[in-house]
Amino acid sequence: MATAPATLPRPHSFAQRLRAGDSIAYTITFAASATIILITGLLAYYLWTGSALTRQRFGWNFIFTSTWDPVAGQFGALPFIYGTLVTSFLALLIAVPTGLGAAIFLAELAPRRLSDALTFMIELLAAVPSVIYGLLGIFLLVPLLQSKVVPALQAVFGFLPIFSGTFHGVSLFSAGLVLAIMIVPFIISVSREILLAVPNDQREAALALGATKWESTWKVVVPYAMRGILGSVFLALARALGETMAVTMVIGNTPRIQASLLSPGYSIAAVIANEFTEATNDFYLQALVELGLVLFALTVVLNGLARLLILTTGGGVKRR
Amino acid sequence: MTLSFRRRAVNAVMLTLTGLCTVFVAGILFVILGYLAWNGARSLSIDFFTKLPVPIGQTGGGMANAIVGSAKVLLVALLMGVPIGFLGGVYLAEFGQSAFSSVVRYVTDLLNGVPSIVIGIFAYAVVVKQIGFSTLAGGFALGIMMIPIALRTTEEFLRAVPVSLREGSMALGASKTRTIFAIVIPAAKSGILSGLMLNLARVAGETAPLLFTSFGSPYWSYGWLQPTATLPVMIYTYAISPYEDWHRQAWAAGFVLLTLVLAVNVAARFAIGRSASHR
Repeated sequence: MATAPATLPRPHSFAQRLRAGDSIAYTITFAASATIILITGLLAYYLWTGSALTRQRFGWNFIFTSTWDPVAGQFGALPFIYGTLVTSFLALLIAVPTGLGAAIFLAELAPRRLSDALTFMIELLAAVPSVIYGLLGIFLLVPLLQSKVVPALQAVFGFLPIFSGTFHGVSLFSAGLVLAIMIVPFIISVSREILLAVPNDQREAALALGATKWESTWKVVVPYAMRGILGSVFLALARALGETMAVTMVIGNTPRIQASLLSPGYSIAAVIANEFTEATNDFYLQALVELGLVLFALTVVLNGLARLLILTTGGGVKRR
Repeated sequence: MTLSFRRRAVNAVMLTLTGLCTVFVAGILFVILGYLAWNGARSLSIDFFTKLPVPIGQTGGGMANAIVGSAKVLLVALLMGVPIGFLGGVYLAEFGQSAFSSVVRYVTDLLNGVPSIVIGIFAYAVVVKQIGFSTLAGGFALGIMMIPIALRTTEEFLRAVPVSLREGSMALGASKTRTIFAIVIPAAKSGILSGLMLNLARVAGETAPLLFTSFGSPYWSYGWLQPTATLPVMIYTYAISPYEDWHRQAWAAGFVLLTLVLAVNVAARFAIGRSASHR
């Protein structure tokens, strides 16, 4: 024992640190973290430089013109941007009220065990691959819309331009519906967590003042959690904008802007999926990469906003 | 002290509506499962697992090459994405108090939100342009998609390990590294493994980034540098084809894929739930 101190190297010697392995472990894990930043940086860099030709050639016209003619080398992405936005907002229009309603039920009304069981099932829904939604979209939803839903819809609202025209099954409307089903689980599971994080005294105070259960929920709990719920909506929107397979399979893949939701359309992600391997020349490929850049920019902004909103509410505590 | 009829009515109606929303959404799961099981099980046969796809016009055949192809692509993804994500997660949980770690967290969230099709473009530029459509390229794309979740779950489960365990180990004279790898990581093992399974299940169904990385092929794909068929891409190609027999095959493939994905999800979630209640 007496010799032990003598065998210990100097406190900060290289050998000691090596033996302890601390600096090695630090370096390796640090390198892994740095790799993630590097990959993301490269991704953004490639999208930027990989679309240099079309960005210089078309500038902002790329986003604001609507002629997509690969043969003539004319690329305007407006129909795709239009299709992406219309289907995503249609999806939000359906998914937000439904999702918020379900989240309220799961967080405020259902007993804990029932709530957990239902949430489990809803989260499984989020795990269903996109291509499966597409499969069901083609063979279940589209025929159903064609035979039952749309005729009924047109009988009542047919005078509105958005429900006019003949319906061929594949359309912006079908894509919006499929997207709604795909994003609703996200809205529910994030909103539920945020509602559960609202302090109980808020509810008790409202109830003590004579509010009904609904009034306490709608006028106290929901406003308290509003920022977080908005965050979940932005997250869902970001997912909807980038969603590819299910949309590609039911949107109709027609690069035209038409007022009717029942007409076929196209989305940014869908055109990349369909045409990327067919891009015969570099210019065409660059146009598709620029579409990827647009999509990337949109999702970065939305994710940033969502993160900000969720982190600044009570629900953010759980996410650290 | 009676509530007005209107307030009671609003209360009852709105609360019922929230319940209906829940039943509706949860019901969709059963519709999906039921419809896929009904169409998929009818179309499924032994051939599906053992035979190659047959040319257009012939009936029969299977997707053996796509099943193997998917497994190979996932293996590459696993080897590429998980080490980076795992070590990054260790860094954030054990060393990460600096400004750098909040940058890592932010960038990871950002990468997680990038649409899968854009990841595909990136993999095309980085890998396909050098070596062509291949298993490796597909695995690279899916590997990138696995990184953010691998990192997040590792960090989360490591952080859930009580500080007292770390202190106990340090007090016995173990170095920080030894504490991390001999005490903290083993304590979080089941959670991290379950997270890994969930992560795999998530990318197993990814189709968009594979369209122009691993591409597709009606034959067996040997080695890692050839294009390969994968289950999700096969479902896509077969579903949008005009042939009745291909639709049948798409249902069978969809049924197999969904069963695998959901089975892994259920198993992993139960494992996570159990290890959480043990703590």
